[in-house]
Amino acid sequence: MSRLPPVVITAMVLLAGFVICAIQFPAIASTRVVANLLTDNAFLAVVATGMTFVIISGGIDLSVGSVIGFTTVFVALAIEAWGMPPWLAFLAVLSICALFGAAMGGIIHHFDLPPFIVTLAGMFLARGVSFLLSTESLPISAPVYSAVSDFALRLPGGGRVTAIALIMLAVVIAGAGLLHLTRFGANVYALGGSRTTTALMGIPVGTMTVRIYTLSGLLSGLAGIVFSFYTASGYSLSAVGVELDTIAAVVIGGTLLTGGQGSVIGTFLGVLIQGLIQTYITFDGTLSSWWTKIVTGVLLFAFIALQQTMITVARRSAARAGARP
Amino acid sequence: MPLSSDTTPVLLEVRGLSKSFGPLQALQNVDFTLRAGEIHALLGENGAGKSTLIKLVTGVLPCDAGTFRLGGVEIAPRSASDALQAGIATVYQEVNLLPNLSVAQNLFLGRQPTRFGVVRQGEMRRRATALLADFGLDVDVGAPLGSFSVAVQQITAIARAIDLSARVLILDEPTASLDRHEVEILFRIMRQLARRDIGIVFISHFLDQIYEISDRITVLRNGRLIGERPTADLPRLELIRMMLGRELAEATGVRIAASAQAPRAPCASFEGYGKAGYITPFDLDLRPGEVVGLTGLLGSGRTETVRLIFGAERADRGHIEIDGAPARLGSPRDAIRHGFGYCPEDRKTDGIIPDLTVRENIVLALQAKRGLRRPLARREQDEIAMRFIKLLDVRPPDSERPVGLLSGGNQQKVLLARWLATAPRLLLLDEPTRGIDVGAHAEIVRLVRELRDEGLSLLVVSSELDEIVTYSDRLIVLRDRAHVDELRGEEIAVPRILAAIAADGEVRTRGAAR
Amino acid sequence: MKFRSRRGLAQFVALLVILLVDRLVSPQFFDLRFQDGRLFGSLIDVLNRGAPVALLSLGMVLVIATRGIDLSVGAVMAIAGAIAASLADSHALPLVLAVALGAGLACGLWNGILVAVFGIQPIIATLILMVAGRGIAQLITEGRIVTFTSGDLAWLGNGSVLGLPAPVVILAGMLIVTAAVVRGSAFGLLIEATGGNARAAELAGVGTRATLLAVYAWCGLCAALAGIIAAADILGADANNAGLWLELDAILAVVIGGTSLFGGRFSLVLAVVGALIIQAMNTGILLSGYPPELNLLVKSVVVLTVLLLQSSRLTAIASRFSGGKP
Repeated sequence: MSRLPPVVITAMVLLAGFVICAIQFPAIASTRVVANLLTDNAFLAVVATGMTFVIISGGIDLSVGSVIGFTTVFVALAIEAWGMPPWLAFLAVLSICALFGAAMGGIIHHFDLPPFIVTLAGMFLARGVSFLLSTESLPISAPVYSAVSDFALRLPGGGRVTAIALIMLAVVIAGAGLLHLTRFGANVYALGGSRTTTALMGIPVGTMTVRIYTLSGLLSGLAGIVFSFYTASGYSLSAVGVELDTIAAVVIGGTLLTGGQGSVIGTFLGVLIQGLIQTYITFDGTLSSWWTKIVTGVLLFAFIALQQTMITVARRSAARAGARP
Repeated sequence: MPLSSDTTPVLLEVRGLSKSFGPLQALQNVDFTLRAGEIHALLGENGAGKSTLIKLVTGVLPCDAGTFRLGGVEIAPRSASDALQAGIATVYQEVNLLPNLSVAQNLFLGRQPTRFGVVRQGEMRRRATALLADFGLDVDVGAPLGSFSVAVQQITAIARAIDLSARVLILDEPTASLDRHEVEILFRIMRQLARRDIGIVFISHFLDQIYEISDRITVLRNGRLIGERPTADLPRLELIRMMLGRELAEATGVRIAASAQAPRAPCASFEGYGKAGYITPFDLDLRPGEVVGLTGLLGSGRTETVRLIFGAERADRGHIEIDGAPARLGSPRDAIRHGFGYCPEDRKTDGIIPDLTVRENIVLALQAKRGLRRPLARREQDEIAMRFIKLLDVRPPDSERPVGLLSGGNQQKVLLARWLATAPRLLLLDEPTRGIDVGAHAEIVRLVRELRDEGLSLLVVSSELDEIVTYSDRLIVLRDRAHVDELRGEEIAVPRILAAIAADGEVRTRGAAR
Repeated sequence: MKFRSRRGLAQFVALLVILLVDRLVSPQFFDLRFQDGRLFGSLIDVLNRGAPVALLSLGMVLVIATRGIDLSVGAVMAIAGAIAASLADSHALPLVLAVALGAGLACGLWNGILVAVFGIQPIIATLILMVAGRGIAQLITEGRIVTFTSGDLAWLGNGSVLGLPAPVVILAGMLIVTAAVVRGSAFGLLIEATGGNARAAELAGVGTRATLLAVYAWCGLCAALAGIIAAADILGADANNAGLWLELDAILAVVIGGTSLFGGRFSLVLAVVGALIIQAMNTGILLSGYPPELNLLVKSVVVLTVLLLQSSRLTAIASRFSGGKP
């Protein structure tokens, strides 16, 4: 299939990066560090899974970071201030986030507006609402939080695969299954190929668009819950700029930003690459955090350039064969 | 109330269909009847209402008034998928499938065989292969559709429609991007389907094809039904009269060549000019006051020749002399500097800028030629625009109207005006009459002759042989991306051209994937 | 001509309405005082605070008119501010400005090359610098907030000319220069042609690559200028927060100004009016005593409203189109 090569390249980049890191800092090659990589980036992988669907379908969702921030504040307030049982708070916030995504998808479809600007409005809205809820950092002390953070599968070598890492792995696997094995998944690729054509082929484009953004909203909410487990707090300024990290992970994972091609597994590897860069910087100690951004930018450039080259080559060979575009 | 005493059952019955867009009445009380197993051509000039009729029947647009009955049952499709479900499928010229998905996914999108919600890939491919074998197509159904030729993509689209148990198949300009051989494959499939009692609506500009394949013809004009006739009982002239509502002057078909003067010195000559994998090197002299015709099958290198000459594609071998001095054509800007102009085949994507006004579209090339620092004053722009609007009879004569709102023929005139405003010495016209109504068609042909008489050099590409023989002083025939023959004077005649095109006995297939 | 004046009416009315609402909220809103050789008052404040986004929108509107977008302007602001603040105390103002503006120009050219030469979608191409740019700015400031004391640079943020704050004068100057370049030459037509249909424009002899390069470079330059003013205003550069979110405000300003995200027709003046509308809302919320956080909510509502208004217009045109060419 045509979706294999970019993923393979992503995997090779990850592997090469890991080997380089491990040679320089042998401690990185331990189950402890690898398991932490999963835990630290769990929320990112969850939200990036949703973003993969959106981007393959030819859209983009800039609201995800704000939705994560909103979720952490809402959960913290619901549990600590309003006295909701945690499961109810989770259910409520996931419903709100799903509805929010659905609303954005509906607007994008019915008014035929660019997703980028609609989700931009969504980003303002979600961040604004969380500011209105509270501008404080709110600690969460519910028992379920300590229970979740205590739970872990122990690996030989001291690694702890935490509950949130397990949630994340489950989301990635379920997401990959949904995208690659079902009709829904095929429709997502179809939308990314061409909206009008997909509609002419009898696929309910509006419903699909709403569902895809609902999924992204839902997974952003879930990522927010995971994030609140991770920090045991809610803060309206959390996850600022995460939409960029997410998009970067998806692109580094080999998904075409113009839609139509990509994979969830690639996105997962893209998240791990970003995590690896951060781990390297932590281990090095002298490098500053901004190098993460710069290296991510360079990788982003490399992958975009790669995809562009592949498209150009494909176009050229098509032209040579006399096929009309 | 069927129009004729046919015994075949009526499949699709449209009665009293009306639709208006604001003040424009696109369709007015139109009836349309399709019988099972017939190939029914739908004809009309641009703006006659063909596309609107199709869009209403397939539920893409809602109708203002009218009823549809399919197999005697009233239907009211509200979307393309409604229509599909009812059994009405459409295949457009630009294939409406997804190039990024595999052939199999394209065939079964939305109805893939599943088990517990999971698509059964093996089963789907097996069924896809079997389905396409029915249509005489043997391709790797796992490969992305985009890696196949337009013909394969179109057959895939038809196969999908038929497999969706379509009883009515609408083919909207399906042959426009196919070469002769591919058209034959398509026609074979159409006849095969008609034998299975499927009703086919066939829309095409090519009258020859309509006479070859259709059983019955319905003609629309200005949103009204003009008539429905069996093809065999409808002479060509009568058909054109129905479409135009007036007798066409017998202008086409008569050869009017340039007065036999001694040939003037070439204004541009190309020697061994070509590009690997694009077009075989050719020699070509272009002279003032002369029309050089360029013809051949689609993909034979017609457009490629013109694009190379205009610098839209860069040559990798050969020399050019312009007025006897060596020159270089690395970009359209180079060509324009030498006084070339180019009306491309695809007006929508390569020609007009739809949001800009007629005036801005007309002055664009002249302004680009003059450069940034010598802007044309608004008064000059108005003057130039109005002059050409009058000269070429652009309708409506409103220089401030966005050009996207004009009809195809008028857009073509605006493009001609764009180049005439630069006072060119060489005009390259790629299919100047394609996709425009018969009235504008005749005007463009007249204009080609007038420009030649004024001393311009013209290179005109056309696949309509009857047309190109009427104005070409010399005619280049292309085959397989090479210039294979050059006809002059009395040699320029349709049989002679056909012989040149088919010289190697058979036309190569471009069917399957590479 | 009639078409033109009608086109900007909605934006001017909107600005006026918002200013009147501001006046209801704060009775002193229209008051102007002349003190220490310069004007003070809320109206001046709107102009002054709105200047950076208005500057960004001057570049952004050209980019959007070519059917592009520049997501990196916020990051470019941070880079230019970081450079200006780092050099201000050790070098003369002209050199500081030249280096900071040069950096902005280079960033714009980088974007322009990706878009024009390599043919990468603008939103994707400029995303790279959006991600990496802030890292570069932090690299320049070494992660600290760099402060300076140079009065020369500070003047650009706090000084005044004929009673008007320097940022407002700079904005007015840039508007005039941009308008002169774009409308005084044929550049505007070439931009609109490129945005309307790039392939066709290229075949008509328009140098679309050069046009794209020029607008992205200009956008980078405007962003750098905005960054310098922002740094001069606070006497320092904060690579983390300078210009944060402002790319979105600039895009919003352009959209409010009636330029379609699908390229083509554009208006410089209306883009600036759009920026002022955004600032007038900000100021109004601030004066009303509501929490400034409300700003984001209001902005999201405005984005949606404007989009929906444009969209219904789009659908009207679309239906006319489909009716016109059956």
